[in-house]
Amino acid sequence: MTVANISVSETPLVLYTLRRADDALILGHRLSEWCGHAPMLEEDMALANTGLDLLGQARELYSYAAKVEGRDNDEDKFAYLRDVRQYRNLLLLEQPNGDFARTMVRQFFYATFADLYWRAMMRSSDLTLAAIAAKSEKESAYHVRHSSEWIVRLGDGTEESHHRTQSAIDELWAFIGEMFAVDDSERGLIDAGIAVDPVALRPQWLKTVSSVVSEATLALPKSDWMQQGGRSGRHSEHLGHLLSELQSMQRTFPGATW
Amino acid sequence: MYTQALNTSDGDERHVEDAERATQFQARIDADERIEPNDWMPAAYRKTLTRQISQHAHSEIVGMLPEGNWITRAPSLRRKAALLAKVQDECGHGLYLYAAAETLGSSREELVDAMLAGKAKYSSIFNYPTLTWADIGTIGWLVDGAAIMNQIPLCRCSYGPYARAMIRVCKEESFHQRQGFEIMLTLCRGTAEQKAMAQDALNRWWWPVLMMFGPPDQVSQHSDTSTKWKIKRFSNDELRQKFVDATVPQAQFLGLTFPDPGMKQNANGNWEYSAIDWEEFKQVLSGNGPCNRDRLAARRKAHDDGAWVREAAMAYAGKRKQRAALQAAE
Amino acid sequence: MATPNIPLWEVFIRSRNGLAHKHVGSLHATDATLALQAARDIYTRRGEGLSIWVVPSNAITASDPSEKGMMFEPAESKIYRHPTFYDVPDEVGHM
Repeated sequence: MTVANISVSETPLVLYTLRRADDALILGHRLSEWCGHAPMLEEDMALANTGLDLLGQARELYSYAAKVEGRDNDEDKFAYLRDVRQYRNLLLLEQPNGDFARTMVRQFFYATFADLYWRAMMRSSDLTLAAIAAKSEKESAYHVRHSSEWIVRLGDGTEESHHRTQSAIDELWAFIGEMFAVDDSERGLIDAGIAVDPVALRPQWLKTVSSVVSEATLALPKSDWMQQGGRSGRHSEHLGHLLSELQSMQRTFPGATW
Repeated sequence: MYTQALNTSDGDERHVEDAERATQFQARIDADERIEPNDWMPAAYRKTLTRQISQHAHSEIVGMLPEGNWITRAPSLRRKAALLAKVQDECGHGLYLYAAAETLGSSREELVDAMLAGKAKYSSIFNYPTLTWADIGTIGWLVDGAAIMNQIPLCRCSYGPYARAMIRVCKEESFHQRQGFEIMLTLCRGTAEQKAMAQDALNRWWWPVLMMFGPPDQVSQHSDTSTKWKIKRFSNDELRQKFVDATVPQAQFLGLTFPDPGMKQNANGNWEYSAIDWEEFKQVLSGNGPCNRDRLAARRKAHDDGAWVREAAMAYAGKRKQRAALQAAE
Repeated sequence: MATPNIPLWEVFIRSRNGLAHKHVGSLHATDATLALQAARDIYTRRGEGLSIWVVPSNAITASDPSEKGMMFEPAESKIYRHPTFYDVPDEVGHM
């Protein structure tokens, strides 16, 4: 017997909330893969803390999505019983950890974005989203600090670390455009003062990222071709493998309580 | 104070054994005084503690692996967060313990290198595999339960830094066993398949958990001096018995049975268990457990893969110092 | 191959406003900024802190335990430094 995927009534607000929740869950999951394997014990602690912050954000957002949707879905059904085509996270966040440089660049790109995003969302006319944003912003502010300190050390460390970090930037750059994309569903929420307009955040994001990258003696790529698709469920091949692991228990033992 | 630098002066006269100092030292121990890093101590006390604390630290770090094996597969988001936080705690505990060992004069790097080279031991229990989600419940319930039995007396150990680290560890660990028991309780109240999963896990972990307390008292090689120095306050068999007596009613509550048909309660109320297979224990300790090779390989890989990161951070710190010196000179 | 040593730091935490910073443990970090971050990630996970100090372990100068007679015993006989040394009749009340 297999478990059917849940169906989700993706009204604009449900979809909007799920997108943010999926971002947090998928990145939190990726960071949790580091647990027990980090370059030093101190960083093992730090990566787990960041992962736990993100898991916490995901759970609050899923619970809110469930409430808005008003059916019998909940945080675990959203996480464990949607397949790859129903996931709405950014492609950047499902990319494999790679080496520590790749993980830190991914973290730095996303945290810098998320911090601006949450700060803007604190002014949302949706009070639940504003409250989640206020809590999450304090977490993401630290994630920016932590990851940017590492970008500087890795970029300006040894020849090897410089090379690895530059490669990570080059390889992940194509995924940043998606952070600033808006579709019709989100446009309406932005106009209603509920959602954040990410386009407005782009100059500040670029300014912060450029200044850290240049302090790190690294460079941003010139290329401006950007991959998209995560927000509408067209993912990279990596997400399916992540989900098959994440969901293995729920898929093997349908309906059980854990 | 964990001042490593003050304790590395090898060759100073402190290391020369001195009967009078040894007598004074023992008198301090007998008076329940705490020994601190810079105090004079017999070389054997230093050696015993360095070995015990570093083994304890290695156990925490290697112990992250069997449970870490389930973080990405935890069956609910609540369980996932709890497990990640718990395994992270083990990392923190390893870190506190390495710091305590460092006050005795060995660096964390030396201690870790010895472990990676297979020259230092860690708890035998972590060489068993976690095959199902029930193993995560069982580890929390039994392995952490056994660890607590061992660790609570260590909070009063004669060596100050070790005792202080253990106080912090015990305080943080208080949620670990409850977390495990809650998983077991949920399984035992769940479907028949879940309950069977719980029973299977208990069957596989019970004997290895009893072995965690170490060899029986009559063959334990370190016990006598450790007791004299108040590093150890209860014998292996005493702690093992205490653990069994505490665990039996918990298993009864869960409706699980022990893989030991000969188990019975004696007139004193203690639960008597059958003979432990010490040959298995010996084999696991000497490297032949089901996961010894995998565990060491995983730790070596993390260490090797992280080398360039540590080098980069060191190089950056060096550059920054140089730049600051140049600026100051200008 | 021997692994190069990463410097050791001592961590002090102020748990509540009004209290002094207290030594809580140690960690390894290559520089002060990373040490401070690591202290936050390791020693304040359960809301233990409002303020953190990190100090390189080798910057601490400690008294020598073998000199504790000379260092600390002379103070023990100066009982006139304590309020209980002085007799004040009960009827005077708390002073």
